[in-house]
Order: sequence, then structure tokens, then C-alpha cells
Amino acid sequence: MAELSGLDWVGIFSIIMASVAVSVGSIAPALAEGRAIAQALAAIAQQPDEANTISRTLFIGLAIIESSGIYCFVIAIVLIFANPFWGALLARAGG
Amino acid sequence: MEITPDQLVYWRWGPIAVNATLLWTWVVMAVLVVASWVLTRGLRIDGTITHRQNLVEAVVSVILDQIREVSGQRPQPMLPFVGTLFLFILAANLLTVFPGYHAPTSSLSTTAALAIAVFVAVPVFGIRQHGLRGYLKHYAQPSLFVLPFTVMGEFSRTLALALRLFGNMMSGAVMVALLMSLAPLFFPAIMQAFGLLIGAIQAYIFAVLALVYIASATRAHDQAVARTGPRVEE
Repeated sequence: MAELSGLDWVGIFSIIMASVAVSVGSIAPALAEGRAIAQALAAIAQQPDEANTISRTLFIGLAIIESSGIYCFVIAIVLIFANPFWGALLARAGG
Repeated sequence: MEITPDQLVYWRWGPIAVNATLLWTWVVMAVLVVASWVLTRGLRIDGTITHRQNLVEAVVSVILDQIREVSGQRPQPMLPFVGTLFLFILAANLLTVFPGYHAPTSSLSTTAALAIAVFVAVPVFGIRQHGLRGYLKHYAQPSLFVLPFTVMGEFSRTLALALRLFGNMMSGAVMVALLMSLAPLFFPAIMQAFGLLIGAIQAYIFAVLALVYIASATRAHDQAVARTGPRVEE
């Protein structure tokens, strides 16, 4: 097996951690959103007149829950496409 | 593949570079300005109204109703800011149906600018509602110990506001670009349609969250009045 340089390790771990970030960051908000939607549906079934208020609050809540998943996604995208460590290592290797 | 339209430079002259974000932001603004100018020609309040006036009135009254329901306050002072935010983000997101267009909201610069506008607008509305002292006091409610957290929350929610819109719009664009290289025939169109739905929902959510923040800054005084005396204005 060929010797792996620092650059290779940064690449390997960036890819692994990006997929870990996306998978954890999609599991947790999915569970939370499912719970929120189930509660909201139960509430609408009990009080159909309040459907407007409930669904509006639900949308805002979903957006806030979802933002934690979005953070993970942004981190993953940064790791893959705009990795600062990768850039620093490349600059050092080139210069 | 670009992950942000900032990197897509159309025209460069010395230090000035016109990138996709800049260009399409101005296009969206021009579309909105021209559309409002055309639609508000010949408004009248007597007799029959034109189709255009009906459209404009419907849009404005829907926004007014939403503001009234969400904030529970008189909607007129917040209408210009919140309505503009909503219409701008909605137009910026929905114009993606045109090929070659890059949504300026999929750039972190645009969403950060919008979030900073909200960050500035909250104290402006709060101070206008009940003075500098009254506004600053609500940071230390109910006790002085929460002061660091309310100040921190002010910054973190601005960051969240910017990242939420950026993440949603950027993920849609990245997804379409990826599918374009994998299965270019049919699936990108579905994802694009889904992206339109996401774009509309995100415009609504951004505007409503901005409204909730503004309303929380202007409401504190109302409740203090309600405790001590009758409310003047409903």
C-alpha cells in the first residue's frame, strides 16, 4: 500500500465525515418532523376549525427543525467543495 | 460545478466583477419595480376596478391578513418591510423556471444581506414602538440573568435565518445539477418543480420569521400596558 500523504488523509476524512454529517443530520430532523406532523394532524383532526393556525405554526416549526438538518448539509458541502484545510494543504504543497 | 452563483462572473472591469448573484438580484428588483409600476397605473376607489387593480389588492390584502394573524397587531407599519421581503424572495425563487437564471437566494451573500436587514429592522421597529429605554429593557426580561442569552439569540437567529434560506435554495440547485449529470432526461424537471414549491415555502417562512421577530420586539410594550391599564388600540 502506497504511503498516504496529509492531503490524502484530509480528502478521505472529509468525504467520510461529510456523509456522516448528512446521514445524522437527516435522521434526527426527519424523526422530529414526523413527530411534529403527527401531532399537528391529531390536533387538526380534533379541531378542524383551527386548521389554518395549526398548519401555519406547523410550517414555521418545521422550518426551524429543518434548519438543523440544513446546517449539517452546509457543513458537508463545505467539506467537499470548499474545504479550508484542503486549500491550506494544497497551498503549502504547491508553495 | 459552482455551489454559489457568486463564482459565476459574467463581466469584469478592473476590480469590479459582475457575478450572477449581482446581475440576477438587479433583474429581480427590476421585474418587481416594473411590475408594480405597471400594475398600479390608474388605481381608483369608485366604480368598477380593473383586473390589474384586483390582482394588486388581492396580494396586498392577503399579506395584510397574514401579518395581522401572525403578529396580532396592526399590520400597516410592518407591511412595507415584510411584504417586500416576501415578494422579493418569492420572485427570486420562482424565476428559476427560466433557463439560465440563477436564483440570487442560493448565494450566501444575498441571504446574509436579507438576514442583516431583518437584524437591523427589529430594533428599529422596537425603538419606534416604545423608545430606546423600553426596547433595551426587554432584553433583561424577566431578569438580568437572561441578558447574555437574549443578546446571543439575536445573533444566532440572524445566522439561522441566512443559512436556512441559503441551504434550502442551494441544496435544490446542487440537486438539480447532480441529477443533470446522472439522469438528464426527466428527473431534473421533477426536482425543479419540487424546488419551486420549496422556494415558495421558504419565502413564506422567511417573511413570517422576520415578522415574528419584529412582533416580539414591538409586543412587549403592549403587554406591559395591558397589565397596568386598558389597551388603547386594538
